[in-house]
Amino acid sequence: MSTDSASIALLKQFAFKREAFIYYIFILVLVIFAVFLHDTAFLTVSNFMNIIRQMAPITVMAVGLTFALSVGHIDLSIGSVVALSALVGALLLQYTGIPMAVAGALLIGGVIGLINGVLIERMQVSSLLITLGTMGIVTGIARQLTNLESVPIINQDFTFMFGAGDILGIPILLIWTVLIGGIGYIVMQKLAFGRHLLAVGGSPKAALAMGIKVTRIRMYSLVISSVAAALAGLLYAGRLHGARYTLGEADLLTVIAAVAIGGTSLFGGRACIVGAILGSWLMGMINNGLILSGFSTNEQMIARGVILIIAVAIGVKELKNG
Amino acid sequence: MDRTSLDQAAIELNSIKKSFGGVHALKNVSFKINKGEVVGLLGDNGAGKSTLVRCISGIHTPDHGDILVNGKVVSIESALDARNVGIETVFQDLAMVPEFNITENLFLNREIKHKNPILKWLGWLDKGAMERRSKKALNRLNSRIPSYDEQIHHLSGGQRQAVAIARAVNWGADIVVMDEPTAALGVEQSAQVNELIKVISSQGVAVLLISHNMQHVVETCDRAVVLYQGESVADVAVADVTKEDLVALITGAKSQAA
Repeated sequence: MSTDSASIALLKQFAFKREAFIYYIFILVLVIFAVFLHDTAFLTVSNFMNIIRQMAPITVMAVGLTFALSVGHIDLSIGSVVALSALVGALLLQYTGIPMAVAGALLIGGVIGLINGVLIERMQVSSLLITLGTMGIVTGIARQLTNLESVPIINQDFTFMFGAGDILGIPILLIWTVLIGGIGYIVMQKLAFGRHLLAVGGSPKAALAMGIKVTRIRMYSLVISSVAAALAGLLYAGRLHGARYTLGEADLLTVIAAVAIGGTSLFGGRACIVGAILGSWLMGMINNGLILSGFSTNEQMIARGVILIIAVAIGVKELKNG
Repeated sequence: MDRTSLDQAAIELNSIKKSFGGVHALKNVSFKINKGEVVGLLGDNGAGKSTLVRCISGIHTPDHGDILVNGKVVSIESALDARNVGIETVFQDLAMVPEFNITENLFLNREIKHKNPILKWLGWLDKGAMERRSKKALNRLNSRIPSYDEQIHHLSGGQRQAVAIARAVNWGADIVVMDEPTAALGVEQSAQVNELIKVISSQGVAVLLISHNMQHVVETCDRAVVLYQGESVADVAVADVTKEDLVALITGAKSQAA
């Protein structure tokens, strides 16, 4: 077989896989909006750059959540971690430099993830309930921390690095997206750790029998998702020149929908980082298209819900078909 | 007693005892398996077969008694210990990830890492090397497995069993313990598994086969050890006994004749 026909065969194989679905729907939505919004700025490079920049925190959270889902966990606390990490980062910036502020914010994320992980393993309760609980706790702490006040950030280096800057004309938020997406992809696809995550998600019994430290792997997955959410908080803070307890509040639905439509199984065992990134861009594109078409925030929310349900429906159907 | 040409004990159990609370699951079990020999472990439900398998594979630790591997007393306190002394267990559920392909399952938690020290430290996988090894492992068993990159859930029960056996042998196991390998298989696939067991024993691997299926034991095993109420009550060459004798030993209607 020549390499050409081999790659065509591979392509054919891929075309019918669940992972390929996001490409079709992405292009479909793109074409629909491009036709309906042909007299607007929808189909311009700058609009798409805007979408990517706007969605950067969501993309980072989506990559992180993919890790939690890969072992079969869900992490509902990520939205609340965004707010707390942004506030902690902004507060620390008033007293110390960028390294300490960033480290502090990411550490908060790591600690929350670890707490989630330990509670789930100790109590043998579903991640859904535990992270719902920590979501409440962390939201409360974030509101309490500054008495609902926003914290402005005047450190220009910080806002450059985490929001407004660009390097050689490339927006820094695009760089963050590619960096985090790249790391996520490598860890999931190329490293033994990624195999172990998926093994734990696909068959915990088999993973255990093969000597994989299942408990530890599950905890790591939640730490990763929480640290990613903390980084997303910094990206919000950088772009908006400040932090507020409402950051990340409405993101949970968007992130879960993005990851699910991107081909990651909500039941563990299959993870698709590229899909999660494209999924988050799809959510951004839909928002953007709906705004340009004159729809309200309420209607965007409905659209997000519909997409999540479509994604779940596909996932469940596939699960039944084996 | 018939002996194989490689008359050397691969594993030897000496008066193994194990109780749980007041229940004496294993009262006194002793037998040995020579290199290249296939020994069937027979016994009724509750006779202690599963407990014994768990003691050998490191899930339980015996309360009393010695396990000798290649003539040396070993202490097996975890699945990893068992593996390190050369014992691999093929469990009934096969311990495979259905979404993974054959190579990924063969190398689960024993991945070949990249040669570059930095990448190796990161745990970077050398997928090419694993695929080559996996092809070799499958060829060694002459198994009828389509391809090393086939996903496990696309394989038949017999093929899955073959992959599980290949995984055990691939890790250089001297002793392979198989828990009811043909329980869920049809006639033809059972025959394929039997063939595989013969192939690996001819390569010097000692096999302990736990089975309910008398026909299977008679066809595949050199010897049969019978457990009755936690004791090894018989150790017979399969060629010397009839199926009826074995059944009588299992049910306790008869003590060792041989």
